[in-house]
Amino acid sequence: MSFLELRDVAKHYGPVAALAGVDLTVESGSRTAIVGPSGCGKTTLLRLIAGFEAPDRGRIALDGKLLANGGAAVPAHRRGIGVVAQDGALFPHLTIADNIGFGMPRSAEKRAEHIVELAYIVGLDKAILKRRPHELSGGQQQRVALARAMAMKPRLMLLDEPFSALDTGLRASMRKAVAELLEDAGITTILVTHDQAEALSFAGQVAVMRDGLFSQVGTPRELYFQPRDRMVAEFLGDAIIVPAKIADGFAISPLGRIAVDTAERRDVARIMLRPEQVVLKRTSREGMSGTPDMLFGEVTDSEFAGSVCTIAVRLLNSPDPPDAAAIGNTPLVLRKTGMDVPEVGEIVRLTVTGKAHVFA
Amino acid sequence: MSAIDLTHSGPPAAARQSRRSTSWITLAAAMVSLIALLPLAFIVWVGIQTGWDTVVALTFRPRVGELLVNTILLVLLAVPIAILLSVALAWLTERSDVPGNRWWSWLSVAPLAIPAFVHSYAWISLIPGLHGLWAGVLVSVIAYFPFLYLPIAAALRRLDPALEDAAAALGLGPWRVFARVVLPQLRLAICGGSLLVGLHLLAEYGLYVFIRFDTFTTAIVDQFQSTFNGPAANMLAAVLVACCFVLLGLEVIVRGEERYARVGSGAARQQQRARLGRATLPCLLLPAGTALLTLGVPFVTVGRWLLAGGADVWRWDEISLALGQTLVLAVAGALLATVAAMPMAWISIRAPGRLQRLLESCNYIVGSLPGVVVALALVTITVRIALPLYQTLFTILFGYALMFLPRALVSLRASIAQAPVELERAASSLGRPPLRALWSTTIRLSAPGAAAGMAMVALGITNELTATQMLAPNGTRTLAMAFWSYSGEIDYASAAPYALIMVAMSLPMTWVLYVQSKRMAGR
Repeated sequence: MSFLELRDVAKHYGPVAALAGVDLTVESGSRTAIVGPSGCGKTTLLRLIAGFEAPDRGRIALDGKLLANGGAAVPAHRRGIGVVAQDGALFPHLTIADNIGFGMPRSAEKRAEHIVELAYIVGLDKAILKRRPHELSGGQQQRVALARAMAMKPRLMLLDEPFSALDTGLRASMRKAVAELLEDAGITTILVTHDQAEALSFAGQVAVMRDGLFSQVGTPRELYFQPRDRMVAEFLGDAIIVPAKIADGFAISPLGRIAVDTAERRDVARIMLRPEQVVLKRTSREGMSGTPDMLFGEVTDSEFAGSVCTIAVRLLNSPDPPDAAAIGNTPLVLRKTGMDVPEVGEIVRLTVTGKAHVFA
Repeated sequence: MSAIDLTHSGPPAAARQSRRSTSWITLAAAMVSLIALLPLAFIVWVGIQTGWDTVVALTFRPRVGELLVNTILLVLLAVPIAILLSVALAWLTERSDVPGNRWWSWLSVAPLAIPAFVHSYAWISLIPGLHGLWAGVLVSVIAYFPFLYLPIAAALRRLDPALEDAAAALGLGPWRVFARVVLPQLRLAICGGSLLVGLHLLAEYGLYVFIRFDTFTTAIVDQFQSTFNGPAANMLAAVLVACCFVLLGLEVIVRGEERYARVGSGAARQQQRARLGRATLPCLLLPAGTALLTLGVPFVTVGRWLLAGGADVWRWDEISLALGQTLVLAVAGALLATVAAMPMAWISIRAPGRLQRLLESCNYIVGSLPGVVVALALVTITVRIALPLYQTLFTILFGYALMFLPRALVSLRASIAQAPVELERAASSLGRPPLRALWSTTIRLSAPGAAAGMAMVALGITNELTATQMLAPNGTRTLAMAFWSYSGEIDYASAAPYALIMVAMSLPMTWVLYVQSKRMAGR
């Protein structure tokens, strides 16, 4: 029995379908990320799970208990689901301590101690408790919002792009801290984000959303290396997609003979490689002669950006090209570590590691 | 090299400049407040001239106690009732799916277009036996509750629904969300509106004369009419000033120092309206009943008198003259008051402190003085010190600016509070000098508030009676003066056209007020 279950959940705003029938299963204690471009319906989905709105159609069940069934829905305040909004949504008229303690009964035993403890758990200094929300930085506000949501010991925590307002360095560390914290507390978590790197690194299960539907749901590794279609592939990272003739677990493509992740297929299809699967080795024009089965390219552009650099490689020869003209004109764009990047004009030998993914 | 030069000379110069512009604004605010203090200084001066024993004898007597009880009861009953009514109406029109909510919202503002004494005139000719405290409370709430409804409705519209969602997710039911999250955020609006209503109750004259309910203001006018500017009127005014002090003190204590701009980034979500379901019909009774009492009664009565009077009561030469004079006074006075309120509003949000509180209270006290006290002071000062200014356009506009400064100030302050200081800093960082940064951000953003304030002032001047009578140049006869003199002769039919014109003139200004308050909330 899974912890959270969504079946065919749909929501319309006037003629616009924000959600067009979504299924999702979340295991207890797990972390799920819902990722998609803005306007894809992911925040609507979160609001339906939280109970801020009722779905037009479909069922939402938490721990075996029905939360929403068609238009009938349990209101948000009876669901016991924690929510951390994009900007924290702290109450401007209350101190930080009162914000954290907002969901606790005023007469609760050891209320003050509990507030201090929560502040400590999320990494806030005790001195901050007497201040007001507007005196805090963005990161601190998010921590307060998290502590406030944790105060009522929710079974499920919903995070609505909570890190998007933070700067890059803080973002990664906050993400890691929050993930660990919620795991230690045993709270099932759903994160909504438009940042694919955030989704992949945060969650055990990632759902890619587009136009009110899930394009694909799976582990980060599955989604990254075996995306269902081009949109998922490109949304989650750079992708090299080329046509190929497939047979016996290999593809004959403009990039040579490459192992693929299916042994049954025997047709013409598009295959996908992640740029990091392409390995470059420096050589020279002289080194190209007499090796017809090898693939060579010329570096046409190189952009230094610290640890990761972007280079463009134009293929010079292409064994057995089904689509040679198109590939020859479009350089491959690769990201490589900043150390020892080939210069513009250098000749490199290209090899592919790992398997390519075949699109349906 | 140039980088070193920049870090060396840049920041100190900029800091000095911004400090200079702040102090100029503070200076301007102080000047306005000092000038506004003239009538108050006049009362003190008269008190000193009168002598201590006479002052004590005039202040501590049964008549003053009686007036004090009347006034306190009036404020204590009318203001809470008006708050309850306004919050309920504002919630229904802004946050529920009550049918025709836009209409009800406009109908809740429209009573502002009817001068308070016209409300009273309507009720007394409908129920001639209407007298005393409860009559006073009834007509006061009817005439003045929109001053509370407007800011509360605007604040409700502006609330970030994410906060209510957060409270619901923390396990609070709808009623507790309203009590613990919504209501506290309406505090600024409720405080500002209550103060405005309270001050109007203290200063109103015509309304209470009709229903024969004695307050300090009516008593002061009586005294003035019998003994001109005698010490008795001035001592009553002194007690009235003390009442204003109490109201101001209460408002400052209750208002506190909260920050009401939205915390966090991004645009606020659209709010959802509560579904009333089966409660729709009972809920409709409130706005419908309110509209009936506040608009139905005056329109039916004025209509009845107009029908009874026929064509004879429309003396067009007289009416057009009054109309023109009223328009000129209203527009000029509104401009003067708004310009005078700007520096004060700015420092009260951006550089709050003790000095600012003091200056602001000065303005409020003067604005809360009944028109007759301001007028009395200006009459005496011009007669004794600057005789050429006696009963000139300058003096009357000056008087209006003193009286209506708080109206302009309240709207300006609320709208500047909505323009985050970060925008001004951003403009400064984009190379605008301080005053131009102020102009291109805060002033631009608070322009709707300023316009609303001006409309409020113009509305007030159109309906002003006593000060106009005493200060206006000889031969002036505004609409309110004409209305008052006819209804004073119990010629209710002849007064009706003036009532209708005042309402018709006030309606567009009220409409502006209504639209601006909507636009301020971004809709």
